[in-house]
Amino acid sequence: MTSTLPEKVDPPDTAAAVPGELVVVMAHVKKSFETNHVLQDLSLELHKGENLVVLGRSGSGKSVLIKCLVGLEELDEGQVNILGQDVASLPNAELLLLRRRIGFLFQSSALYDSMTVRENLEFPLRRQPGKRTAAELEALVREALQNVGLEEAMERLPSELSGGMRKRLGLARTLILKPEIMLYDEPTTGLDAITSKEISKLILDVQWIYHTSSIIITHDIDCARRTANRIIVLQDGRCTAQGSFEELASAADPWTRSFFE
Amino acid sequence: MEASPAPATDSTGPTPVPAALRPDSWFKSFFLETASLARFTGRFFKEALLPPYEFEELLKQAFLIGYKSLPLVAITGFIIGLVLTIQSRPTLVRFGAISWLPAMVAVSLVREIGPVVTAIIFAGKAGSGIGAELASMNVSEQIDAMQVSGTNPFNFLVVSRVLAATVMLPVLVVFADALGLFGTFVGVNLQGDVSARLFVTQVFESLEFKDLLPALAKTFVFGWAVGVISCYKGFHSNSGTEGVGKATNSAVVFSIFMVLSLIWWPCS
Ligand SMILES: Nc1ncnc2c1ncn2[C@@H]1O[C@H](COP(=O)(O)OP(=O)(O)OP(=O)(O)O)[C@@H](O)[C@H]1O
Ligand SMILES: [Mg+2]
Repeated sequence: MTSTLPEKVDPPDTAAAVPGELVVVMAHVKKSFETNHVLQDLSLELHKGENLVVLGRSGSGKSVLIKCLVGLEELDEGQVNILGQDVASLPNAELLLLRRRIGFLFQSSALYDSMTVRENLEFPLRRQPGKRTAAELEALVREALQNVGLEEAMERLPSELSGGMRKRLGLARTLILKPEIMLYDEPTTGLDAITSKEISKLILDVQWIYHTSSIIITHDIDCARRTANRIIVLQDGRCTAQGSFEELASAADPWTRSFFE
Repeated sequence: MEASPAPATDSTGPTPVPAALRPDSWFKSFFLETASLARFTGRFFKEALLPPYEFEELLKQAFLIGYKSLPLVAITGFIIGLVLTIQSRPTLVRFGAISWLPAMVAVSLVREIGPVVTAIIFAGKAGSGIGAELASMNVSEQIDAMQVSGTNPFNFLVVSRVLAATVMLPVLVVFADALGLFGTFVGVNLQGDVSARLFVTQVFESLEFKDLLPALAKTFVFGWAVGVISCYKGFHSNSGTEGVGKATNSAVVFSIFMVLSLIWWPCS
């Protein structure tokens, strides 16, 4: 996998600490499905240029958390503010505009089954304002596929790809718009160790070159170690611990520490 | 987690009727469903009129929806024309009105049977296709993915499909009518001898413009109804594979029901 991201500087191997303005603020969010109280008073903040890793047991509400962020799930209570805009009170048209600045990698990849790999990547591009020529589209698609090592699959259908290839295609489709905020739902699940490492590297590259702020949901401790500036741990719908990788790995609470063993 | 113990009366009382079968909940869900469908229809008109317009997708869907239903519709049209002719012959012979055979079959075919049968087949073929496709896109989060990439999925998926169905059903009906008339011609000639020229003269003398226009106008409404209902069922499907099956099934059933209830309008 050759990274063709357009900059000479070599990004560092681990994430650099970034203070700065807030791009995402989630305050006292509650979300239930009937009697299943998934998020209970959850608050979190994401700084500009920061990689925030969210850890939590399966079913603890991590996917629900990022769906609440982009308005795919309605909140029961609380507020979400992204890039200075209150998501719940935005009219539809402006919400669509805001979402163009956010990239979302679905846990299931959510590829468009009826379109080829190329069309999957062109779909978000074509719907952006500003006309692109066919050659520009082609170049962007090729670059995105090279970043995830899928150039040879350009004309195939998603149903002809392996699980890991689908994951990588989903990632390419999300990154192709160069969003200001990236939400990764388990970017490395189902990938071999080498590819996982490359994806972690790609996440860092993206952060480094485009100053993207990211929320990364993962079970992959290696990926968390490589990419995280800060980690939060989700338990019973609340954020129970936060800090750097080293801080949490040596936390006093055995439950928190258990993620790192 | 507040795991309160279940009330003791639950285990001793009579077996409760399942919630879905109780009349009050049936009424409630009926009205909720109707309201939700009405909202969906309102949204369709709003989004169809406002930009952006998805012409490319509309053309693609029109081609797919029309092309996929064409063979079935054509065969059915032909067979109905043929069978109707063969079955009507003995009665007309008894009354000595055999020369009316082409005209009679043509009128009933073009005015009523052609549009309705084609619409029902269209509901089965195109309706199930749309329902299943949208429902599985919903289940696999593809609709959500469109939404987060800044595309309006309603506009892209629903408006284009409903418009395609509205435009393509009349085209299919014209095809079915034409093949139906050909079937009639074959049927007439199986047991008699009517030249093509005489047949055409007889048929077109019996058909008036006021037969054709309402019949064709009606098919736009049928097509639109099939489109709206199938899209609604697909778009609002429950999650899981079961949701896809249910959505497909009710898209077809409800579309056919709708076509049958719209038959009476505006034929008088
Ligand atoms: N649409 C929905 N309707 C009802 N319940 C839901 C829905 N989506 C999620 N849930 C419930 O919310 C809880 C959290 O689900 P979520 O998908 O966020 O888990 P997760 O932390 O992402 O787990 P995993 O690591 O396995 O992906 C689960 O108990 C799930 O049953
Ligand atoms: Mg999840």
